[in-house]
Amino acid sequence: MIAALHRNPLAVIATLAVSGALLWLMAHLVTVKPGVLFWISVLVLWALVWIGNDALSGISTLSPVATRFRNLAVPAIFGLTLLLLWQLVVKGFGISPVFLPAPSDIWVRFSTSFATLKADFIQTFLRAVLAGWAIGSLAGFLVAILCDAWGFLRRGLLPLGNLFAALPIVGVAPIMVMWFGFDWQSKAAVVVIMTFFPMLVNAVTGLEASGHLERDLMRSYGASYFDTLIKLRLPAAMPFIFNALKINSTLALIGAIVAEFFGTPIVGMGFRISTEVARFSLDMVWAEIAVAAIAGSAFYGLIARKQGERGDVQHEEISDGRGGDRGIDGWNGLGLCRGGDDPAQMGDAGPVCRLLRG
Amino acid sequence: MSFIGPSGCGKTTLLRVIADLEQATDGVISVNDMTPNEARRKRAYGYVFQAPALYPWRTIERNVGLPLEIMGFGATERARRIQLNLDLVNLNGFEKKFPWQLSGGMQQRVSIARALAFDPKLLLMDEPFGALDEIVRDKLNQQLLELWGRTRKTVVFVTHSIPEAVFLSSRIVVMSPRPGRIIDVIETNFPKNRTLDIRETPEFLQVAHRVREGLRQGHSYDD
Repeated sequence: MIAALHRNPLAVIATLAVSGALLWLMAHLVTVKPGVLFWISVLVLWALVWIGNDALSGISTLSPVATRFRNLAVPAIFGLTLLLLWQLVVKGFGISPVFLPAPSDIWVRFSTSFATLKADFIQTFLRAVLAGWAIGSLAGFLVAILCDAWGFLRRGLLPLGNLFAALPIVGVAPIMVMWFGFDWQSKAAVVVIMTFFPMLVNAVTGLEASGHLERDLMRSYGASYFDTLIKLRLPAAMPFIFNALKINSTLALIGAIVAEFFGTPIVGMGFRISTEVARFSLDMVWAEIAVAAIAGSAFYGLIARKQGERGDVQHEEISDGRGGDRGIDGWNGLGLCRGGDDPAQMGDAGPVCRLLRG
Repeated sequence: MSFIGPSGCGKTTLLRVIADLEQATDGVISVNDMTPNEARRKRAYGYVFQAPALYPWRTIERNVGLPLEIMGFGATERARRIQLNLDLVNLNGFEKKFPWQLSGGMQQRVSIARALAFDPKLLLMDEPFGALDEIVRDKLNQQLLELWGRTRKTVVFVTHSIPEAVFLSSRIVVMSPRPGRIIDVIETNFPKNRTLDIRETPEFLQVAHRVREGLRQGHSYDD
């Protein structure tokens, strides 16, 4: 059945649309303790969506635009199905909203408390997270350059850095509140402490990452330390630096939220989570979690996207055989122009691959 | 001039000492009447490594322009020299490509253009075509010879291929390993505008035979 669907994109879309719409309808109409027939039809519809999505992810004869759209649609359908099942189970079994609120309740809470959520987001994310992330990463990077220029610092400071990284955030946060006050500055300070070390270690490793031929080349030009740093070692360190920025984006959000548990003005995502838990309004807690998840993955995705635009990353992905991610298949990793020195198949990856496929 | 010998006889080390990338334990090396260190600081030589060693984050033109940036050439002069040297290695039209979009042979030609870009008197080449297949290697040998004819630079070439050494050189130095020593120095008298066809001539085979004899003599110390 799936094989038959593979060859017929229209049938796939129709299957998904009909079974998805029915599942949506059932999630809307569900009341407490529906009959066995209800649950059986839920399972059948779920299976149909599953099969449809599987077939959708396997269609290979698509234009580049359609492929991009498909790559977004498959995880979106997967996630929406999970939300519908969540809704069905919570409502159908009459689960207490304190234990687990239904997505519809969380959504209602989200839209009615939007002003509060927005204020919390500004306080925690736009102030503490972004400022702390930027300061911590920049400081880690600058110290890495100092460590690199000065061997004593590397040997003396890096081992201590391990100690720094092992500091428990729940111990540091109250101290930072004592030092920098209740407002976002103390949260940013916690974030600085959390993000400093990953950047330091990654940047120091990255600065060592250039190959010896590349460094010999610079030496053969009689290049100065700064020339070598700017034109070779920093570009070669960029993959490591980007990785640290990505790790730090996640750490920063966790740090800022947890730090708010230890004293804050009456605004902020961490503050809201801790007080709303105490008041048993778990729907608000889930709404905050949703905001944090969306903001965190958007932040991470933005950095990863910036990284993916770099030519050397593309090069690495393609030579690792992950060219499929960029629409490049059937490449043996020896060179995009195959047949030795023949320029006939030379060019940008896309056209060349189409050429190779015939 | 070519250095030929089996692995481990010190061809590459000798080249690296000339380039001041390594220190000699003993003896004096003079590079066009300078010490290797002076020669390096005066940017008197261009070095072509075993691998192209192109920077993957730079386009072809910016790779060729790299030494020019470091040596402080202006933007218009840089552009002129990049164009000139990409023409020399038959790679115009590839300025905006990244290294990974080029084949191995093309990448090595880019690295030759890069070594020539700042017009050094001396070109040091360390098995530049060692990683390439026979067909591409023949083609590049022919092109290198034409390049040599046009630029009239001194080329010091390290190889472990006998036909390559005989075809390219006006003087061949045969070396042996453990301890590294020079077995033979052979002068050749092939015409300047020779083509790959001369590899079938008796004169060519005679020189190749002498090189092989030298290498065999060096190896007998091993047994």
